[in-house]
Amino acid sequence: MAKKQSEETKTPEEVEEKKVSPEELEDDEKIEGTDVAKSEEESITPEGEKEKIVSKEVSKESLSRAVVESTQQYIYKKVKSIVFGVLSPKMIKKMASAKIVTPELYDKEGYPVDGGLMDIRLGVIDPGLRCKTCSSKLKECVGHFGYIELARPVIHVNFITEILNSLKCTCRECGRILLSDDKVKKTVKDLEKVEQTEGLDARRDAIKEFIKSLKLIQKCPHCKAKQYKISLEKPYTFKEQEKTIGPIEIRTRLERISDDDALLLGFNAKVVRPEWMVLTILAIPPVTVRPSITLESGERSEDDLTHKLGDIVRINQRLFENINAGAPETIIEDLWDLLQYHVTTFFDNEVAQLPPARHRSGQPLKTLSERIKSKEGRIRHNLAGKRTNFCARTVISPDPMLGINEVGVPLIVAMKVTVPETINTWNMNYLKKYVEKGPAKYPGANYIIRPDGKKKKITEETKEALLEELQPGYVIERHLLDGDIALFNRQPSLHRMSMMCHRVKVLPYKTLRLNPAVCAPYNADFDGDEMNLHIPQNEESRAEAELLMQVQTQLISPRYGLSVIGCLQDAISGNFVLTRDLQMSREDAIELLCNVGVFDFKRLPNKKLVNGKEIFSLILPEDFSFKGKTKSGELVVIENGQLKEGVMDTHSIGGEGEGVLLRSLHKKYGADRTIEILQKIFRLGIEVLMKRGFTTTLADTDLSSEATEQIQSTLDKAEEEVQQIIQLFYNKTLETFPGRTLKETLEMKIMEILNRARNTCGSLIKKHLDKTTHTAIMAESGARGNILNVVQMSACVGQQALRGKRIEKGFKQRTLSCFKRNDLSPEARGFVRSGYKAGLNPKEFFFHAITGRDSLMDTALRTPKSGYLYRRLANAMQDLKVEYDKTVRDASKKIIQFHYGEDDLDVSKTESGVIDVKKIIEQV
Amino acid sequence: MVHEQLKQYVEKIPNKLLEELEAHCPASKLKKAAEKLCEEYLNANIAPGEAVGLISAESIGEPGTQMTLNTFHFAGVAEMNVTMGLPRMVEILDARKSISTPTMEIFLKSPYNKGKDIRDVALQIKETSTSYFVKEFTINVTNLSIELNLDQEKIREVHTSVKTLAKALEKALVKEASIKLVEGDNIELKLKGKDEKSLNVLYKLKEKLKDIYVTGIKGIKQVLPVKRKDEFIIITAGSNLKKVLELEFVDTTRTVTNDIHEINSTLGIEAARQAIIDELLKVIEAQGLNVDLRHIMLVADTMCMGGSIKGITRYGVVSEKASVLARASFETPLRHLTNAALVGEIDYLDSVVENVMLNQPVPIGTGLPRVIAKK
Repeated sequence: MAKKQSEETKTPEEVEEKKVSPEELEDDEKIEGTDVAKSEEESITPEGEKEKIVSKEVSKESLSRAVVESTQQYIYKKVKSIVFGVLSPKMIKKMASAKIVTPELYDKEGYPVDGGLMDIRLGVIDPGLRCKTCSSKLKECVGHFGYIELARPVIHVNFITEILNSLKCTCRECGRILLSDDKVKKTVKDLEKVEQTEGLDARRDAIKEFIKSLKLIQKCPHCKAKQYKISLEKPYTFKEQEKTIGPIEIRTRLERISDDDALLLGFNAKVVRPEWMVLTILAIPPVTVRPSITLESGERSEDDLTHKLGDIVRINQRLFENINAGAPETIIEDLWDLLQYHVTTFFDNEVAQLPPARHRSGQPLKTLSERIKSKEGRIRHNLAGKRTNFCARTVISPDPMLGINEVGVPLIVAMKVTVPETINTWNMNYLKKYVEKGPAKYPGANYIIRPDGKKKKITEETKEALLEELQPGYVIERHLLDGDIALFNRQPSLHRMSMMCHRVKVLPYKTLRLNPAVCAPYNADFDGDEMNLHIPQNEESRAEAELLMQVQTQLISPRYGLSVIGCLQDAISGNFVLTRDLQMSREDAIELLCNVGVFDFKRLPNKKLVNGKEIFSLILPEDFSFKGKTKSGELVVIENGQLKEGVMDTHSIGGEGEGVLLRSLHKKYGADRTIEILQKIFRLGIEVLMKRGFTTTLADTDLSSEATEQIQSTLDKAEEEVQQIIQLFYNKTLETFPGRTLKETLEMKIMEILNRARNTCGSLIKKHLDKTTHTAIMAESGARGNILNVVQMSACVGQQALRGKRIEKGFKQRTLSCFKRNDLSPEARGFVRSGYKAGLNPKEFFFHAITGRDSLMDTALRTPKSGYLYRRLANAMQDLKVEYDKTVRDASKKIIQFHYGEDDLDVSKTESGVIDVKKIIEQV
Repeated sequence: MVHEQLKQYVEKIPNKLLEELEAHCPASKLKKAAEKLCEEYLNANIAPGEAVGLISAESIGEPGTQMTLNTFHFAGVAEMNVTMGLPRMVEILDARKSISTPTMEIFLKSPYNKGKDIRDVALQIKETSTSYFVKEFTINVTNLSIELNLDQEKIREVHTSVKTLAKALEKALVKEASIKLVEGDNIELKLKGKDEKSLNVLYKLKEKLKDIYVTGIKGIKQVLPVKRKDEFIIITAGSNLKKVLELEFVDTTRTVTNDIHEINSTLGIEAARQAIIDELLKVIEAQGLNVDLRHIMLVADTMCMGGSIKGITRYGVVSEKASVLARASFETPLRHLTNAALVGEIDYLDSVVENVMLNQPVPIGTGLPRVIAKK
């Protein structure tokens, strides 16, 4: 059904290709039963002509270039639009290159039978054979349609509702629509208006409404014939007054409908006649669409479509024979029905009331509809999703010594995945070096491509000859080198930072390496994650990757306008420790800074002992001033590149929407500089920890006996309080909250008391916790974990909540059989009093496991749900773009917003979505 | 009133920024600051061709994976249970007609918002049925009647009278029973119609009686007066914006519901758009996620563009697309292809997926610019 209007330049060698284009969508075509393109007459566009002239001029200039030019003729071929339609029987016959008459596939020698389903006029799938239609070989021939003449007409399942509507709305005698002429005129006008104002879809709905109104008319306004009720008996039998109307009758009725009336029923007479929905001729898809596979045993296994077509042809032949032999009507009817079944399942094997056609093994055949539909179907799997060469995938591992915009590529990969480079007079010698080395030694080359497009593998034997042959215009596929551009990606690719451009760094071993700072945007960790690497193959894509996708350009998230890339874990705690309380000798400081990559020590105060703040300051630019806050709310002041006050923590240098300091650096110094500074900060944090040592121990969660006592007494008190309230509840003296029942109020109060108790424990622990323990440092700096985790470890895990309530389920009126019925005490409803370190008692452990399982299920159920939501959002909004007039419009140029976000601001260029006016005023 | 020196920027810079500048900037610096602001503003402008739709979709879809599934609002002691998290988000974006937990926040005019008669006011809003007022149903088996023993206090509480109650009953039971006021303020019901006077019918009637609507606002199932900041508001379960706004003691400018379709039908599409934005923001913020307002606005605008609310589903926004292939690539491809074939639809390949399918540059971002040759 696809007819393409191509706008293209006419070049002599292209006329061949032209025929090809309509068949790209073969599968879809047949589903309509239907029609392939007439290629439109080629027209030479002005631009095209120009292109031709230019190439001629160039060819005069130099001989060597002429060679290149002659093979690199740019053919501008662009599909401008696609017209959908239904194939007419005439068209099917016209485009077919063979009539199929026999269900046999191969003769005794294994050669395709003439007039069989694998007829070589339909294209070739065996190496060595040539197509009888276009005389090209395997892979060159795209295949050609065939046809069979059906002995009796058969209904096309996909149009069943349309056929029903047409029958219901037209006169059974004269074929006119059941509407007087004046009314017809009016409806035509109405429909046109609807289409113009609201589009095709609205028109479709309008027609549906209008058809509904016609169904009840009993008498034809034109010939006054009485109309009967027509019903559809699924899947494909039509009945009029309990009498079946066969496809022949249906077809004759549909033929009587005039083009104008058909328009009212929603058929565009230019592309479809109603009677085409009853098939008399069936198009046979080319063999290339249904290639057979040769099994290891030498046996051939045919495609599902071929099987189905075989059935159709076989039954069709039998039907022919029986009709000619004058067989009794019942036999013919049976065969006819069988033919209808086969044709139906050929189009759609999932028709509701029909048993699906099956393989001998019992597995249903995959016919046309199933090929197109769903995630694994043609559209979503092959058309909207593409596969690429020149890519790699392995496990990832961290390497903080890599640059943030680098990616470590294993040597094996670097020698397999290549970059094409075209030889010119200037780089000839440089590229020859790679050819000399060949594919087995590292920096070498794997292939050369001759200007005529022939690809030659470089081997020890061919090397010498190829070296001789090289000249400008040849392309060398050389190994990856340090500094090459690569795209790095981790699924699920949920936002644009999931695929960024990195510089290649070839490294030993077999994992892809990345700087841990970019884990956040990829959402990667190293518990076995794998990532993909793609190498762009031409200048245009490399330029685009570099300018638009490099890590630098993705620092600021378009989601919230803050830095996504920043320090994490050790890098944060390292800097925290350094800037909070570290002091070291000047020599040590210099060594540290050298390791980080800072070699200018002018700004390091000249004294014996330097403190951490001074060391950290060296990384900052000299004219940088900043004011911010730490996680705990203390001030951070940087004046002229000196950290005067405060400590570095996740709020200043973290990633994922934190890292205010980084955002401010980015604003002032740009992306490249920020990356550089971030890299140094990151490295500094790690180096500090390497020198100082950093670990976590069980003893970190130890509490003083005084603290333990206090905690135990708060918990005791809370439990007591709960008991009191429960007592009040039983006495019915508990005051209810407005709009709540007594029980609800009780539950709320209990929850509140218990939560309060745990929070008090939290603050108690905060007070008593030794700030110098590493666990505390991690929590305080925001590197990992928080104080609540410490509380859970050392004091009390707290109330286990299930669906916002205390745990209630389990046995009748109790959670476990060891409790009394209706026991409302904290203990019996999932309050875990112990901490992880002391260990949970069996009951507590069980309650804890309940909530643990619940949250596991939550994640498992959430992923597909949110994935679907995302897919829908992306599909609905993917065409929206900002036009040159600053409006946001969709693909059909409908305005969605007059100004993007009402102020035209790009979130990724703002600070958290706003322009800071006050800051500007300050700076002026 | 815009300052003289800022006049030239009025067209260039959004008003909001100018106002902020004017408010905070000393007059001496104004010119320079305005220049700088203009420069920064233009620098931060969105580039033509930017695929803003996809960025918004990503910005909302990506945090979706981090949301929890079953969250109920659980902040304060006295709050209503409201669906939050991913299910609520799906609900909003689907533009569901009936949502799982409709609620309203009713703001009151003074003096009521200071707590005057708050319980009273709340009860007036709540939908009340007969059973609320009835202390006891007495079934008289001999003469087949039901006597309702009414709770006078409750009747007074809700500002109704026995008469209105009787009227309501009469209206609902015209065919089945006759209503009579008896001794004091009780109501007696007698079965109407001669035939089938049986005890069974009477029992059925009794059950039916319980759920007869008497006063309040239909649809409001629960009310909860809450003190927020320094005023009292009423939070409800169930929603009926139109009727609530008709009440005289309600502050109509601030009262909201979370039912977007209801807002659309009472206040119009602009209000509905704002409601979508507010509701989405509420969900996202409750999860502690950070998504810029612009993305949410764009989603809301796509949903409301046509003048009615369309969900982000195959029946809503996606069905509006002009391109056959774009629709087919989403869901139900066969239906779209057959329908397109029947009318001879033409796909002009204006949007993204079709061009991906045909291996052509996509008309968005860097695929957009063309070289125009001089004639």
